[in-house]
Amino acid sequence: MSSSIVKLGAQRIALGIMLLLAVSVLIFAGTQILPGDVAQAILGQSATPESLANLREQLGLNQPAYVRYFHWLGGVLAGDLGTSMTSGQGISSAIKGRLWNTLFLAFWAAIVAIPLAITLGLIAVRYRNGWVDKLISGLALASTSFPEFFIGYVLVYFFAVKWQIFPGISTVYDGMPFLERMQAIAMPVTALTLVVLAHMMRMTRAAILNVMQSAYVETAELKGLSAFAVIRKHAFPNAIAPIINVVMLNLAYLIVGVVVVEVIFVYPGMGQYLVDHVTKRDVPVVQAVGLIFAAVYISLNIIADIAAIVANPRLRHPK
Amino acid sequence: MADSKAKPGLLLDIRNLRIEATVYPPGEPPKNIVLVHDVSLTLEKGKVLGLIGESGAGKSTIGLSSMGYGRGGVRITGGEVILNGRDIMKGGKEGFRKLRGREVCYVAQSAAAAFNPAHRLMDQVVEATLLHGMATRTEAEKRAVALFKKLSLPNPETIGERFPHQVSGGQLQRVMTAMALCSEPDLIVFDEPTTALDVTTQIDVLAAIKDAIRDTGVAALYITHDLAVVAQVSDEIMVLRHGRLVECGDTRQIIKEPRQDYTRALVSVHEIEHAEEKPGATPFLSVKNITAAYGGGNVKVLRDISVEIYPGQTLAVVGESGSGKSTLARAITGLLPPVEGTVTFDGRPLANRLADRPKEDLRQLQMIYQMADVAMNPRQTVGTIIGRPLTFYFGLRGAERDNRVKELLEEIEMGQGFINRYPAELSGGQKQRVCIARALAGKPKLIICDEVTSALDPLVANGILKLLLNLQQIERVAYLFITHDIATVKSIADSIAVMYRGEVVRYGSKSKVLTPPFDDYTDLLLSSVPAMEIGWLEQAIGGRKMASAGH
Repeated sequence: MSSSIVKLGAQRIALGIMLLLAVSVLIFAGTQILPGDVAQAILGQSATPESLANLREQLGLNQPAYVRYFHWLGGVLAGDLGTSMTSGQGISSAIKGRLWNTLFLAFWAAIVAIPLAITLGLIAVRYRNGWVDKLISGLALASTSFPEFFIGYVLVYFFAVKWQIFPGISTVYDGMPFLERMQAIAMPVTALTLVVLAHMMRMTRAAILNVMQSAYVETAELKGLSAFAVIRKHAFPNAIAPIINVVMLNLAYLIVGVVVVEVIFVYPGMGQYLVDHVTKRDVPVVQAVGLIFAAVYISLNIIADIAAIVANPRLRHPK
Repeated sequence: MADSKAKPGLLLDIRNLRIEATVYPPGEPPKNIVLVHDVSLTLEKGKVLGLIGESGAGKSTIGLSSMGYGRGGVRITGGEVILNGRDIMKGGKEGFRKLRGREVCYVAQSAAAAFNPAHRLMDQVVEATLLHGMATRTEAEKRAVALFKKLSLPNPETIGERFPHQVSGGQLQRVMTAMALCSEPDLIVFDEPTTALDVTTQIDVLAAIKDAIRDTGVAALYITHDLAVVAQVSDEIMVLRHGRLVECGDTRQIIKEPRQDYTRALVSVHEIEHAEEKPGATPFLSVKNITAAYGGGNVKVLRDISVEIYPGQTLAVVGESGSGKSTLARAITGLLPPVEGTVTFDGRPLANRLADRPKEDLRQLQMIYQMADVAMNPRQTVGTIIGRPLTFYFGLRGAERDNRVKELLEEIEMGQGFINRYPAELSGGQKQRVCIARALAGKPKLIICDEVTSALDPLVANGILKLLLNLQQIERVAYLFITHDIATVKSIADSIAVMYRGEVVRYGSKSKVLTPPFDDYTDLLLSSVPAMEIGWLEQAIGGRKMASAGH
């Protein structure tokens, strides 16, 4: 591991932190621009000016915006995401279980989707322009082109209603046995896999095909390696950077973009939580969830950047 | 098959080989073209056969057919390829895979591109040996280290741990030769193994390859377009053109008593008589004490350079890769503003930065590049490409412009019929001619030619040089001619600047620079240029004063 890699990695992390700070400002500013404030939302339309003023004083709302921002940011850094208006409870404790559920779902979707996508991509390259390639590309494109709610309802119709293999509602609770939990998330995992599969598969195919033109691929063929060994040993390692990038983008989507799928399967994750509280105009919760989503997105992209740097032998082993 | 057994020394016997490919011309139905027309050759064990010809002659295609390999959809459609007594065309895909890397190995033109950047050298060198189960890993690595030693690579014990980018181009080419020898094949196909190297490095690699062939007793097909190079290593030479056999014979006969006109042209290709012009009274362009650097002045790439160019004459700048030749051109044109020194043009200083120069100064300095295909917009016709500077500098439009374009096309000996063609429809030499016409269109006083003939076949390059000399007579244009090829310099220069590591080490009129006594670097450069003589290589290696840098 060389110093230049450490330096490049540190730069990416520092950039990520600055970006996250900028996002936190945007999120805070965005919720301030909306008409009405928390006090008004809590007391409703029947509030008297006196009670509004009292509550504002109590909540610290009459302080200038930047003071409130730093107060909020300080809380976030200390692990306190604020208090939900509707339930009056701390957001941090409410979110913890939800976040874990979302990560659980994303984890299993990724475990299925990433190896599947890369393997299909490798197979498509091996039989490029033949019927296998066209079949894989066609199916993958079809599965991406259908909106996720459509895929979700088709799955529910067949697997839950007609054949009754899986439950139609993916309820999970603390202390649920592992196998039951897996059964509950089978259908959302399938839906998510179908949504992200094509993007990763086609990127894998394109990245490897790009490398297949290289002289070193010809060298490998002229050593007598089989077609698949050439792709796996010589083409894939050089196509890894763009593949990691697209995998990370899709991982991020699995965590922050699952709102629709969670709602369809009534899965108690972050997406559900966000949708519930948007409809209730619970601004502190929306802020907290937005910030978490942004953090996930930015960290995954930092990981992708750093992985691409580490994957480059020129940077890993300088002259 | 029966008679190949009758000759036990015969390794490779190619009979009536026919190779075809399908091309897809734009806007036309796909058509079949024949790349190799019924070529036959034989190679005995331990012998070296040189395949020579210009690009498109089918040399590489024939070489690769000995491994049953067709590059990019090329198909072997006829004839027999008999290797070690069996027709490999009948073995199918599995048969090809078993012989590739075991019986026949391949050394590519650019080792830098042919090594996988993601793997260590040793893993790649022993890969084929392990794949075919010919040795254990320890044995194979031991064999590789011994080969690294034989090919005089530095640190033979540890060089295998490096990645390709950590090793110089000349060394990589030798590692690739070691890779081919590692599985102890019967035949190695060398495909232009020294063409991408500097002359000073080429000589080392050539000597290493020659020794390795002699000591291991492997047979070789040596493919190149440079007759002088192939004369050093081959027992026999086969001359090819347009996929057909021109002439085949032993090396001495081909270079001393060629029977065909085409071979004669190849043998004499380097010689253009060019009488040197004495420098005039005043130079129109003088470069004074220029220093240029990258990275905010930290990495100095040119140090204190001073040269002068006289009207209608040619200054050749010669040196190996990384010596700063092209950087000098960038400094003169203002693309890389020098940090110190001035460029004076017609008695007045030129602005350092390109952006600060008026249109008139831009017109006076034109450039031609090495890669003609990437120097032209592929979506513009020849007429548009040549017409652009006419409109830009002189405001010519319509019929007036077209007439001038036609005149220029006549000057570059291409004819008016090309005006509506696209670059993709032209040959390499024609593309370079269009680039010359584009540079001439501005009626400049100076054209900077950056390795303009390096990517071309010798005969085509020769034509371009003659054209440039002709145009110089007609237009009185001066050239700053950048090249690594001493032979080209002799053909075209009036004065010469030899560059080495960012400095001019020798400068003066052609006759002065090329007359002894030489400084060490100029001596190395001159003595490294292959001569069309058998035994030149050994003489040259013996008489050197300094070692090459290894690019």
